[in-house]
Amino acid sequence: MAEQRSPVDGAPLVTLYDEELPPDNSYAFSPEELEEDEMILNMGPQHPSTHGVLRVELKTDGEIVKDARPHIGYLHRNFEKHAENIDYQGVIPFTDRMDYVGSMGNSLAYALTVEKLLGIGVGERVAGIRVITAELQRIASHLLAMGTYGMDIGAFTPFLLCFQQRERILDLFEWLCGARLLYNYNWVGGVSHDLPEGWTDKCRRFLDEFVPVLDEVDKLLSHNKIFIRRTADIGIITPEMAKDYALSGPNLRGSGIDWDLRRDDPYLGYENYDFNVVVATSPHGPVGSCWDRYFVRVREMYESVKIVRQALDRLPAEGDVHENVPRFVRPLAGEAYCRSEAPRGELAFYIVAENKKPIPYRVKGRSPCFVAMGLFHEITRGEMIADIIAIIGSLDIVLGEIDR
Amino acid sequence: MNAASIIERLAAHLGLDEDSFESDAEAKDPWVRIPGDRLLAAAEFLKGDPELDFDTLHCVSGVDWPGDDPPAIEVVYHLTSLSRKHWIVLKTRVPREGGSLPTLETVWKAANWHERETYDLFGVRFEGHSDHRRILLPADWPGHPLLRDWEWPETWHKIPVKPGRQMTERAEGGQMTGVGPFD
Repeated sequence: MAEQRSPVDGAPLVTLYDEELPPDNSYAFSPEELEEDEMILNMGPQHPSTHGVLRVELKTDGEIVKDARPHIGYLHRNFEKHAENIDYQGVIPFTDRMDYVGSMGNSLAYALTVEKLLGIGVGERVAGIRVITAELQRIASHLLAMGTYGMDIGAFTPFLLCFQQRERILDLFEWLCGARLLYNYNWVGGVSHDLPEGWTDKCRRFLDEFVPVLDEVDKLLSHNKIFIRRTADIGIITPEMAKDYALSGPNLRGSGIDWDLRRDDPYLGYENYDFNVVVATSPHGPVGSCWDRYFVRVREMYESVKIVRQALDRLPAEGDVHENVPRFVRPLAGEAYCRSEAPRGELAFYIVAENKKPIPYRVKGRSPCFVAMGLFHEITRGEMIADIIAIIGSLDIVLGEIDR
Repeated sequence: MNAASIIERLAAHLGLDEDSFESDAEAKDPWVRIPGDRLLAAAEFLKGDPELDFDTLHCVSGVDWPGDDPPAIEVVYHLTSLSRKHWIVLKTRVPREGGSLPTLETVWKAANWHERETYDLFGVRFEGHSDHRRILLPADWPGHPLLRDWEWPETWHKIPVKPGRQMTERAEGGQMTGVGPFD
């Protein structure tokens, strides 16, 4: 059994073929421990529904999953090591590539941490622009989650409608800073470009046209009987479990815990905006199910639209977005840990600085998806194989952020 | 509860005198540093005490300090209380060579993956951990990359892994890549 496992064993034409093969440690379950009718099955790393290169090792008995172990690291680049050689501003593009479908949130979290370290703030206009871009990014990210989740379950139409709308947000971002996915937009102390002329009008038009489409997708998918039957009683995360595993963002609120950093530890003036924290109400089953997490994201998009509208209304007309950008980033010795509510949960950076050095001593990214994946084995035990797909989708993970 | 009273309460419970722990309640993120052998007791108290009620372990990070005396790896625990809305940073130091800490998995289950990551990238061992394997890197990867003196291997199973000459030279020459407005 052991010989069959290695990917290169018995394939001498593979260029990596090596007489001395490494010990195979890539399996958590051993064939010797299997009971009758059980078998080990690999799902991924090349599987369309694992949202990236995630490999899940399943111990199955027929269609029932007895146990599951996620194997991560296929996208590991260790940006934390790279950050030891790059100046503070230079780390921002690396953070963009963590959660590559929510880049605005990443660079925002990093910029906030360095600003906390330096003890500088940003002007009102920059704060407003950051709120607008962060909330638009949240809508784009939740649209992706909603669309692909529908497709994972077998509903194709919502996917197209969601991607159409997401594309419009990417167009807005492209107009704003020239990039569609990896923006390098939030700088330490400011943002890279001011809003172009006419941008706010186009943004408003987008919001007006987006809400009816969202209503339509919501009607199509959320209360569809088949969709509810597929999702409403699987992958239950109880509130205690959610706290124990330090879940955050929509996954935490999907378990019925009323916690949102934008309200409970506000940054960028979020306390001045009028919005509701969406908490799961679970009309279709036990609290903390896949459906609850999905529906929290849908409702959150409406709240984000509200926030963007308010931010557009009160955005100061004048203001230099580079006003507070420091010429040199050389903080005093110390450390800062700053968390922010990214689309996927609480993204935080921990930065340790040496005295007046231009290079950070240590940068650590606390990734919400990494944390969410840590409880994966708990909520998949005893489910069907097809439901594993639904559970992965409901956690809304991005492997770039898990592996960093 | 504010940081100073959290630290005071913790120190009083553990019976630590001023020599055996350090703290800073005025820092940007108030922290307290305790000896590694009191870590588990501290964690259990911080979670169990109804006044403190730190129900969430937010993050675990390692920081390597080879130049300190004695050389040590600092393991930093960021704790949050969702119910009381307060925060504290718990720090402890382990020797760079062969150091180990008790696992906090029994207190907060979130510690499981964070500790595996810290072991993977820093080589800190966590006694009593239920699944003590590497998590991000392959099982036979040489060394623990986030140690400051870790050196790039040329190849790993004949796969070239060392970064390109240009990048290494730039880094070693002290030249920095920049993306700001003034570069």
